[in-house]
Amino acid sequence: MKEVELNTTTINFGPQHPAAHGVLRLVVELEGEVVQRAEPHIGLLHRGTEKLIEYKTYLQAVPYFDRLDYVSPMCQEHAFALATENLLGINVPERAKYIRVIFAEITRILNHLLNIPAYAADIGAVTPFLWCFEEREKLLEFHEAVSGARFHAAYFRPGGVHQDMPEGMEEKLFDHFKTLPKFIDDLESLLTNNRILRQRSVDIGIISKSEAIEWGCSGPVLRSAGVAWDLRRSQPYDAYDQVNFEVPVGKKGDCFDRYLVRIEEMRQSISIINQCLNKIKPGPISIEDNKITPPKRNQMKKSMEALIHHFKLFTEGYRVPAGQVYSAVEAPKGEFGVYLVSDGSSKPYRCKIRAPGFAHLQTLDHLSKGHLMADIAAILGSLDIVFGEIDR
Amino acid sequence: MIKILTKIGGINNVLENNNLLEIEFEKKNIIKIFNELKDNSELNFNQLLDITAVDYPSREFRFDLIYILQSLTKNKKIILKTFIKVNEKIESITKIHKSADWYERECYDLFGIEFINHPDLRRIMTDYNFEGYPLRKDFPLTGHTEVRYDDLEKKVIYEPVKLTQEFRNFDSESPWEGMENKLFGDEKSTGEN
Repeated sequence: MKEVELNTTTINFGPQHPAAHGVLRLVVELEGEVVQRAEPHIGLLHRGTEKLIEYKTYLQAVPYFDRLDYVSPMCQEHAFALATENLLGINVPERAKYIRVIFAEITRILNHLLNIPAYAADIGAVTPFLWCFEEREKLLEFHEAVSGARFHAAYFRPGGVHQDMPEGMEEKLFDHFKTLPKFIDDLESLLTNNRILRQRSVDIGIISKSEAIEWGCSGPVLRSAGVAWDLRRSQPYDAYDQVNFEVPVGKKGDCFDRYLVRIEEMRQSISIINQCLNKIKPGPISIEDNKITPPKRNQMKKSMEALIHHFKLFTEGYRVPAGQVYSAVEAPKGEFGVYLVSDGSSKPYRCKIRAPGFAHLQTLDHLSKGHLMADIAAILGSLDIVFGEIDR
Repeated sequence: MIKILTKIGGINNVLENNNLLEIEFEKKNIIKIFNELKDNSELNFNQLLDITAVDYPSREFRFDLIYILQSLTKNKKIILKTFIKVNEKIESITKIHKSADWYERECYDLFGIEFINHPDLRRIMTDYNFEGYPLRKDFPLTGHTEVRYDDLEKKVIYEPVKLTQEFRNFDSESPWEGMENKLFGDEKSTGEN
């Protein structure tokens, strides 16, 4: 019998590693410097969100969604709000739809403005990180202006949004998004033709069209592989059917394509926001049924009924008719879905969260096989991994 | 599309609303159905989005096992549902959809549903050496153990959960709603006398 000598080294990458984007523990089997197998161990940030939601009313469940993928909070509230509205059988007013789309797109830009420089930092560029954080801060001010919080907004509620945009906000947004394309150009001048970025990302971590579908990829990862699939286009929700935008697709499905797709998505987001700002009209921002959305504060000073509604809403919550629903939105990272089961009470019976990153991280072993150890950092960065949503 | 689905066999209760189809199927036909859903060019459900379960402790078939598939060409989503008992096993679909690997592991980890022929059925979300199935309804929200760093032993230790305040789960449903508006002697007012 022939004796086979295995000459592999097993190393432990993370869970405390700056390129692991959070708490990823990766057991990597190397032959020399070439990756043979990469096995992610996840769950280090598991907080039991789904279990906790079963013990909360529908309104109390909203803030948990900010804390899943903590770099794109509003898009996830969006999925939960849509699921709940679907079960309740309600339709939110026009203005709320536009506000939601505007802020979902701001969130998308925020997410990409973090992912792109973080990816660049993983493969050696520091300046974009500083530039983008300045720009993110300006956008977070808009988050703060409408919701009072920079990140954990709890702004999209079932039935509409929490409150109207402050006066003059539309002009401010308009002015800001006039300057942003220039910033993206500047960012591209640092990165797109950068020799090091290209060396580290072109032809790295290639995923083909069929593999991307097979592995359940969505969002920029799927589009970079050449599949023109975008839920905002194919299954439009809220006001996405009122706006025109293009869906950027890649050719090869490597890390560089994923970077380019994200850059172009930001430009498309700006265009969507501008269209929304042109179309948005004054009006109610949530449905006017006090059984579901709380009454205004000044009404509560005068009307006994409003006071009772307020009390009932914040103690018992509202009851949602029994049923099941799956609602998905195109979150910045991909298809973020909420599978909600109601038993007719005021608390969800089951709330399953479909996180895009979960499927993407699963492909890591496949993507990194045969690449160098250093490329793992590049692949991880380009997949846009955030552990809040993967571990839930 | 409903017509083609009902032809597959082993499928009950087909429901369609907008882009979403909902069906129930029998557990023993799982491989056949998923193969058909993927390969039939009229259906082409080529992307598995999620696998999850819902626990109903009082039922004989305790778990609803849910599969969510998507067809990128037909622009449809489908929710497939089957019912299984505790300790009952079900065939894994990792051979049909690669992405089922982690979803089935998650389901096993949180609900204790075992999948036959899964390549690597280990826990995924919970801690190493974790016991119990957290998403079952009889698992307490607070869990059984908590961890802290012990300065004497110089390591992280596990202890039974100690709550400084008792766990409170308010039943805020109003006792007045849903009550029958019936008083003693009411039958006299409607009776023929």
